[in-house]
Amino acid sequence: ERSNLAGVRHVLLVLSGKGGVGKSTVSTELALSLRQSGKKVGILDVDLCGPSIPRMFKVQDNDVHQCDSGWVPVFVDQEKSISLMSIGFLLEKPDDAVVWRGPKKNALIKQFVADVAWGELDFLIVDTPPGTSDEHISTVEALRPYKPLGAILVTTPQAVSVGDVRRELTFCKKTGLRVLGIVENMSGFVCPHCSECTNIFSKGGGEELAKHAGVPFLGSVPLDPQLSQSLEEGRDFIQEFPKSSAFPALAHIAQQILDCASQRSS
Amino acid sequence: AEAAELRERLRCVKHIVLVLSGKGGVGKSTFSALLAHGLAADETKQVALLDIDICGPSIPKMMGLEGEQVHQSGSGWSPVYVEENLGVMSVGFLLSSPDDAVIWRGPKKNGLIKQFLRDVDWGEIDYLIVDTPPGTSDEHLSIVQYLSASRIDGAVIITTPQEVSLQDVRKEINFCHKVKLPIIGVVENMSGFICPKCKNESQIFPPTTGGAEKMCQNLNVSLLGKVPLDPQIGKSCDKGQSFLSEAPESPATSSYRNIIQRIQEYCDLHHFQEEKIM
Repeated sequence: ERSNLAGVRHVLLVLSGKGGVGKSTVSTELALSLRQSGKKVGILDVDLCGPSIPRMFKVQDNDVHQCDSGWVPVFVDQEKSISLMSIGFLLEKPDDAVVWRGPKKNALIKQFVADVAWGELDFLIVDTPPGTSDEHISTVEALRPYKPLGAILVTTPQAVSVGDVRRELTFCKKTGLRVLGIVENMSGFVCPHCSECTNIFSKGGGEELAKHAGVPFLGSVPLDPQLSQSLEEGRDFIQEFPKSSAFPALAHIAQQILDCASQRSS
Repeated sequence: AEAAELRERLRCVKHIVLVLSGKGGVGKSTFSALLAHGLAADETKQVALLDIDICGPSIPKMMGLEGEQVHQSGSGWSPVYVEENLGVMSVGFLLSSPDDAVIWRGPKKNGLIKQFLRDVDWGEIDYLIVDTPPGTSDEHLSIVQYLSASRIDGAVIITTPQEVSLQDVRKEINFCHKVKLPIIGVVENMSGFICPKCKNESQIFPPTTGGAEKMCQNLNVSLLGKVPLDPQIGKSCDKGQSFLSEAPESPATSSYRNIIQRIQEYCDLHHFQEEKIM
């Protein structure tokens, strides 16, 4: 019996130790950028308590259907170039809290990894909740046979975030997960009125951590109200706002992932 | 039975406030730390800050206590004191290196939370503030369960203005209703940014669906206040200093102070009502 992940060329995880630093944002923008480069991408959202991915693609009201091989992922476009799976699609009422203890979360994650009929994908991006607990342990265990390309770690610049991401690096080391690199998100804000740059959440912490830990630094993404707005409205920031301040950094991250993947393929 | 045992242990705690969100990174720990500092400014009050974020314990750094260790005595674990009247406990104090990860599944996390409640020698406290991780999972279920026989005054729920946060926070509000945890109110953090140079405001995290204000109206919960972004907040947290003392003139400071006062008033009223019943 052919595994549902047999047609997936590269699996990568987006992690942080810290919440609210932009994991789902980076997952979404990476998927949009890779699509722009002609790739077929899936996003598996294993944040069971706070699933953000559906809304970021404006498909939060979609349902999930079954087929012979399992669950059919939700396609965000006609061309079926981006597909998603999230607990967000399985909830009857979006405001209902998923109040599950570890074992129940682990069971669903195993199902999500094994039972979604992804078909042929160039990349499967796995978006995770903050922390180093049940979801992370279960996801890494379930994905191990598929030899993930690695993990992108997202942080914001300040020490309080970096402190948690250091622990996530330890998690990666302990579980044998390759670190593709660190993204420093929310790195500075340029006032749209006067162009003054303010480091609202400090600056440089992510870059320093990458140096200290000996992992690649994938880039700094500035705070960009157009990016926040796009995510709120489920729009394609990469297609619609190529001149916006966050675009160059996000495009560069995607390019580095493409390079990593081609290196591995060859 | 557990809850009863813990109630005994916590009988000298007058007020318990939980700081929750559904969403990560909205400022729960920041707020918990400032609430603790704000309440402890009254030297006649004894304040305790308990950090039950086992995977991402931010409180030690924010309170300037990084590197401190917990001591054991005959009467249990000693909290780490910032001031004479402000004690702190966190898994952070049990880790020997900043790179140490706590990679535990639910049951082990629950065990530690129980120990924090049972084995820490808090003494007599006026306010126990509990800082939580994001989500609605083991830690949240456990803390509510363990404290079910004690009196929790209520929960303060933190959000940021955008829908991506609110959609998680609505879940947290429902969680509170489900477990019968009273909600003191909601704080909207990162609510706008005023450029220090040109003084124009930018909505970096836009309230595309009406922000916390609309959500609170719809769900019939109090909006305790809105706090703007201020780069000094993050700096103070990183330095382990109280932002309220470092930037007394900041609009964010007055917002925080107003919110803290409302929480105090809520707790006092709660206490008064309880005493009336008794």
